[in-house]
Amino acid sequence: MNERAKGLSRQQMCDRLAMEFGDGWIVNLGIGIPTLCSNCDFGDREIIFHSENGVIGYGPLAASGKEDMHLVNAGGQHVTLRPGAAIVHHADSFALIRSGRIDVTVLGAYEVAENGDFANWKTAGQQGGGIGGAMDLAACAKHVFVAMEHQTRNGAPRLVERTAIPATARGVVNLVVTNYGLFAVTPQGLELKEIAPGVTVEEIKTATGCNLIAHGEIPPVRRAR
Amino acid sequence: MMAPKQQAGGGMSARSKIFASFAEAVRDIPDGAVIGFGGFAVVGMPINLYGAVAAQGAKGLTCVSNSTRGGATLPPDSPDMGQMIQNGQVKKVVCAFTAPTRASQRLVLSEYVAKGLIEAELVPQGTLAERMRAAGAGIPAFYTPAAVGTELAEGRETRVFGAREYLLEHALPLDYAMIRAYQADEAGNLRFRRSQRNFNPIMAMAARVTVVEVEEDILPVGAIDPDDVHTPGIFVHRIVKIPPPPEGWWPQLPASTPR
Repeated sequence: MNERAKGLSRQQMCDRLAMEFGDGWIVNLGIGIPTLCSNCDFGDREIIFHSENGVIGYGPLAASGKEDMHLVNAGGQHVTLRPGAAIVHHADSFALIRSGRIDVTVLGAYEVAENGDFANWKTAGQQGGGIGGAMDLAACAKHVFVAMEHQTRNGAPRLVERTAIPATARGVVNLVVTNYGLFAVTPQGLELKEIAPGVTVEEIKTATGCNLIAHGEIPPVRRAR
Repeated sequence: MMAPKQQAGGGMSARSKIFASFAEAVRDIPDGAVIGFGGFAVVGMPINLYGAVAAQGAKGLTCVSNSTRGGATLPPDSPDMGQMIQNGQVKKVVCAFTAPTRASQRLVLSEYVAKGLIEAELVPQGTLAERMRAAGAGIPAFYTPAAVGTELAEGRETRVFGAREYLLEHALPLDYAMIRAYQADEAGNLRFRRSQRNFNPIMAMAARVTVVEVEEDILPVGAIDPDDVHTPGIFVHRIVKIPPPPEGWWPQLPASTPR
């Protein structure tokens, strides 16, 4: 749905972020694009997926007809459990989050600022919002990665100087993948690390709402072997 | 001789926490009560108790829940918080979601909040869980890093511990908890299954009166091994066995889901 013709597919975006997961990491995936990270090939790395509703060690989506009505992930999808999985209640699930046990959370976003602020719970002018576990996760996970389209449907940039809509957390984002490439939040600002096939640095700069650091020749987005 | 002690939850002895109907189990809810409804998506959601509270008709309620709508496996036309909102029973909601997560979704709550008929307090999910855990643990308030630097923290007390800023959050006690469990014994000891646990044990701890809809036949005392009890009967006051469909409400896969 709404897959951009240009650059990386949503699965390719998640494949690239998943290459950054270390062996043994506890990974929490937000709803939307990030859920595709659970489809990635991790080779011989062991990855433990945690879901905010208290599921530790879930596996692929349940096959049709094999759904367990008592078991869903944060997005309400019926998942399976891997050997060694454990279940806790919500307070323990967020104790695990707040105490820094989550190595990385991958979240969707409406906007990411060059200083690592990001916004994903409320659109402009919206009444109320959907925070879910995003504020707890963003404030407390060891790493915060964002997967999002580079621009809005109307062509406005999502990578910006300052978020225009209410922030989820300040200064927490480390890495962003969009259909145009991979970006790191550095003390100097937002840096283009890798570029998607068929996209130029100039195109990315035009589609980006903040200064973009781009040193020398930018390598193409790496692919898992 | 000691006078018999009044049990929290309306004079039932420890031996008879079983109620014959959902209606009877929620009969005494007064106007203005603070009620927690457990569940995450539809798993562990007390669908039958939503229906009972909607039929009971108490008004001016403050309802605490992760969200005000179910998910894809909520049967069509089944009770939920939306029904209570449409009944005019709800004064305030305290939730981690007060807007739909997709642009295509509609939330009954939204139009009532827009008209100023309902107050919606939006709380980060971990803070929501911990506020109820604190209430159930005798802790009046705590500090958390969640929501620091956001609109939710504006004008509120923060404090620096170490090098980090934390936000003060208050315990959230409940008058009633409405929850769903997989198994219960007559003493109210509960077991949940898979992700059904979610907010349910925490709401039971936070509440003065905990009402449970139970999926399996209610077991005799002692049938659940003490090591396997997730919520001890101390926190549980009223249990009702869910009848099979169509009399009782059970989650179901949407008709469009290929099987």
